Amino acid sequence: MQLAAAVRKEVLLQWRSRGHFLAVFAFGATALLLFSFAIGPNAQALRLFAAGFLWLALLLGSTLALSESFQYEMDHRAMEGLLLLPTTARSIYYGKALTNWLQLSILGVALVPVMVVLYDAGTSMVPQLIAVIVLGSAGLSAPGTFYAGMAAQTKARQTLLPLLLFPLVVPVLLAAVKATSLLILGDPMNQSRSWVLLLVAFNAIYWSLCGLMFTLVVEE
Amino acid sequence: MKGSALASRPSVPGTSRVPAAFLIAGAALLLAGSWLGLFVAPPEHYMGDVQRIMYVHVPTAWNAMLALTWSFVCALMFLWRSDWKWDARMESAIEIGVLLSLLLCIQGSVWAKPTWGVWWDWDPRLTTMAVLVFAYFGVLTLRRFVDDPVRRATWSAAATIVASADVPIVYYSVRWWNSLHQLQSSPATVSRSFYLPLRMNAFGILFVMIGLMMLRTRLAKLHLRSELAPPLISSHPVSDSEPRLPGGAR
Repeated sequence: MQLAAAVRKEVLLQWRSRGHFLAVFAFGATALLLFSFAIGPNAQALRLFAAGFLWLALLLGSTLALSESFQYEMDHRAMEGLLLLPTTARSIYYGKALTNWLQLSILGVALVPVMVVLYDAGTSMVPQLIAVIVLGSAGLSAPGTFYAGMAAQTKARQTLLPLLLFPLVVPVLLAAVKATSLLILGDPMNQSRSWVLLLVAFNAIYWSLCGLMFTLVVEE
Repeated sequence: MKGSALASRPSVPGTSRVPAAFLIAGAALLLAGSWLGLFVAPPEHYMGDVQRIMYVHVPTAWNAMLALTWSFVCALMFLWRSDWKWDARMESAIEIGVLLSLLLCIQGSVWAKPTWGVWWDWDPRLTTMAVLVFAYFGVLTLRRFVDDPVRRATWSAAATIVASADVPIVYYSVRWWNSLHQLQSSPATVSRSFYLPLRMNAFGILFVMIGLMMLRTRLAKLHLRSELAPPLISSHPVSDSEPRLPGGAR
């Protein structure tokens, strides 16, 4: 019940600030455009690295989305008011993490057509691709929301979040890039299953651990 | 986490000769081990003299992992016991662990160039080490950006635990991705002329590390004491002979 109320509040806030989501999407799309300049107009190479570029764009975009997720609570010290309500820090965390997960999943899916157009990296396995994006986004959201909660209360929010998050999500990035790449380029050895399992394991560990630890982040 | 239990200041032990003894013993062992490794041990059959860097590289790796594992233990202990000394120990362990890990990456690159032909390779152990350096560097940065000592200690303990949980996942994910590094050696597979300097250097670096950690922990405690109860009138630095404050906090 508490969690449902927390999710409802977060979704409402995200909906009211949907202009920010469009800005993050534009940032991700611009990143995808810029990455292609690193390779040059080599269609084959661009297709080969398309999955990596997609996930890098999503990772960079996620820092913008995540760093804003605690902004309303920090303004006018609203977090203290939230904690005074009959709710737990854990519900607040899961409310934010679930909403960030939703937001990053939508962002990832929205970036796919840009990737297909720019890198000619289409796939017929769309449901599987969406599943990988959803799992990878979950892997970014759980630790991302945890660190965003810390970073939002410091002087260097924009610097600290990527510094803490990027090294931690290396397994997510590796697994998501590999799984996406196998969907685009073909998977004759059926390797994608093990990468998906790695994503599931990472999510299981970090969704539990960060929820457990979040109480320490907001405790006065 | 009991914030109230953290109100008192950490006690700081007086100047001791123990860290100096560890540093001297460690330096002596390192010198002797390096001399044996450089001038007495025979060159390795395939790699020749290049292999001699292993006498510092492998002990650095063991001790870097030890320091970072100790930081994880300190983080858990801080959250469990709410005692400042564990925060000071955690800070010193992370700093020295990051320093040793950086040294490890540099030594590994020096060895990799003549052996593999590249300065860097995306091997599981190399990549895991690089990720670890950045992850723990992030925790140290977090400490610099948080002014409140209670928040700083609690958050860095939480961030250390979260980063430590990532180590096996990073290792296995990169191992699936790519692997080039040779398997670990054990005394059973290494000749005595090789493992004697290796062990001497391992204990040498261990003793130097313990000596440095003790000094750094003391420094961290002094810093915490001045932060938690800054001197209002006297501008003298906190000394070990400082009398107890009213209320007995020390």
